[in-house]
Amino acid sequence: MFWNKEIECMDEEKLRELQLKKLKEVVKRVYERVPFYKKKFDEKGIKPEDIKTLDDIKYLPFTSKMDMREAYPFGLFAEPLSEIVEVHTSSGTTGKPVVAGYTRKDIELWAELIARSLTMIGVTKDDIIQIAYGYGLFTGGLGFHYGAQKIGATVVPASAGNTRRQIELMKDFGTTVIACTPSYALYLAEYAKEEMGIDPSALKLKKGSFGAEMWTEEMRKEIEKRFGIEAYNVYGLTEIIGPGVAHECPAKNGLHIWEDHFLVEIIDPETGETLPEGQEGELVITSLSREGMPMIRFRTRDITTLHREKCDCGRTLARIERIKGRSDDMIKVRGVMIFPYQIEQAILEVQGVEPHYQIVLTRPHYLDEIEVQVEMSKEVFSDDVKTIENLRKKLEKRVEEAVGVRVKVTLVEPKSIPRSEGKAKRIIDKRNLK
Amino acid sequence: MKIKQISVFLENKKGRLYEALKAVADKNINIRALSIADTSEFGILRMIVNNPEEAKKALEENGFTTKITNVIAVGVKDEPGGLAEILKYLYDADINVEYIYAFVEKSKEKAVVVLKTNNLDKSISILQEKGVHLLSWDDILKL
Repeated sequence: MFWNKEIECMDEEKLRELQLKKLKEVVKRVYERVPFYKKKFDEKGIKPEDIKTLDDIKYLPFTSKMDMREAYPFGLFAEPLSEIVEVHTSSGTTGKPVVAGYTRKDIELWAELIARSLTMIGVTKDDIIQIAYGYGLFTGGLGFHYGAQKIGATVVPASAGNTRRQIELMKDFGTTVIACTPSYALYLAEYAKEEMGIDPSALKLKKGSFGAEMWTEEMRKEIEKRFGIEAYNVYGLTEIIGPGVAHECPAKNGLHIWEDHFLVEIIDPETGETLPEGQEGELVITSLSREGMPMIRFRTRDITTLHREKCDCGRTLARIERIKGRSDDMIKVRGVMIFPYQIEQAILEVQGVEPHYQIVLTRPHYLDEIEVQVEMSKEVFSDDVKTIENLRKKLEKRVEEAVGVRVKVTLVEPKSIPRSEGKAKRIIDKRNLK
Repeated sequence: MKIKQISVFLENKKGRLYEALKAVADKNINIRALSIADTSEFGILRMIVNNPEEAKKALEENGFTTKITNVIAVGVKDEPGGLAEILKYLYDADINVEYIYAFVEKSKEKAVVVLKTNNLDKSISILQEKGVHLLSWDDILKL
């Protein structure tokens, strides 16, 4: 199903024309209105008129998360506060939060993006959608809220947390669509079954839109199996607009980027060079239509690959692969680059192991060590030490094969790894690196 | 002739054994025999209790992973070589003993030993053939 078929299936040439027109406009706008951009452009000796083709974007400076922190709170706004109707912030766990400002038109744009995304996976006005992303400064809750309302679906603004109530709402209201983080979805399924004696697959849920953290195909299978639903991947970030920058279609083969509003590039995170299509690298986004806070070449830190081949769903818009890692999340252990998703994939390949794990990094004798703690599940527990030891070794072997570094797997008691209601904390770095 | 044993996964962490035993004690369940298999990372607590199903429930309510498995309980002559003789029967029949531990109580003049082998049915028939005393669940409850 299409929300805006004309755009979603747009002819490529026309799309590029539209993007170029918008790119020229936005570059001119930020140069004239945002001193931060003017300074950066001037330093590089580039004027808005120099942008003649889409390819010329490579002459523009990148914008980083660090730039955004320096501009805190409103330094990147391109409109006076009188035109800003809403602000959101990132969690700010690693410093000052990033502030995003939205004009009324930006909010409408956001709703349009989510409406396209949800319609793409078959959500209609007849659905009851429970939004279990946090409402408030976090973009997840309100972004989905605006879009689901635009479609005309019945919105249950449950927000994050209060797990028992979430399940009661699902059961009593007959929720058909859920939107939350994938780790919270798994927690909901576990809680329903074990704490409330409710079989999650007996609920009326049909599909879910999951994002705001890294997850894997294995996790998707688990969520789909436990709830008996179709699970789709959503992508977005506060700096650009929030959720809805890209979303999976029923082909589940990459996330369509709404390219009429976002211009994407893939770069080499080390050199900043643009990479050819199909190569893995860091996603860079320029928001073409934002009024309140347009972004020029924002370095997302997200690692992915861009594909332009035609999709089975009929959309012509490019797709990004599931985010593979965050260049910030990337851990370097004994010089080897490791992403948590690799470890997760490896442990979930072992039958009966629960997707609850934690990675602990230590450096006991000048050498990094990785410990992967995995919860013991009923399914794999045995009265025999040898059987458990074999399981542990099997897990170690799988993870080692996946990451290429020796790891130690420790089996821990069920529920001993903290559950999160938002983003799961997977890595504990005790290395004391200076 | 099989009897039920409950096994509990224990992380090597302070207080976990105590908490497991307390969960069982709080339900007034009596432990008849107990052993702990431990590695540097984790342990497996194995118990024969008077009410295994109830113990399982109590432990799981307290967040423990448990499993009920069948084992056999053998009456062993309380004299030198008593246990060795029984093990010889199993060895001759090519049966592997996975683990073994003893009851605190005695049954008359016999010590009671819990055995888990790689083939319980065959172990039972061999031992019965050789006239070894196997305890039934009722015998266990009466100890």
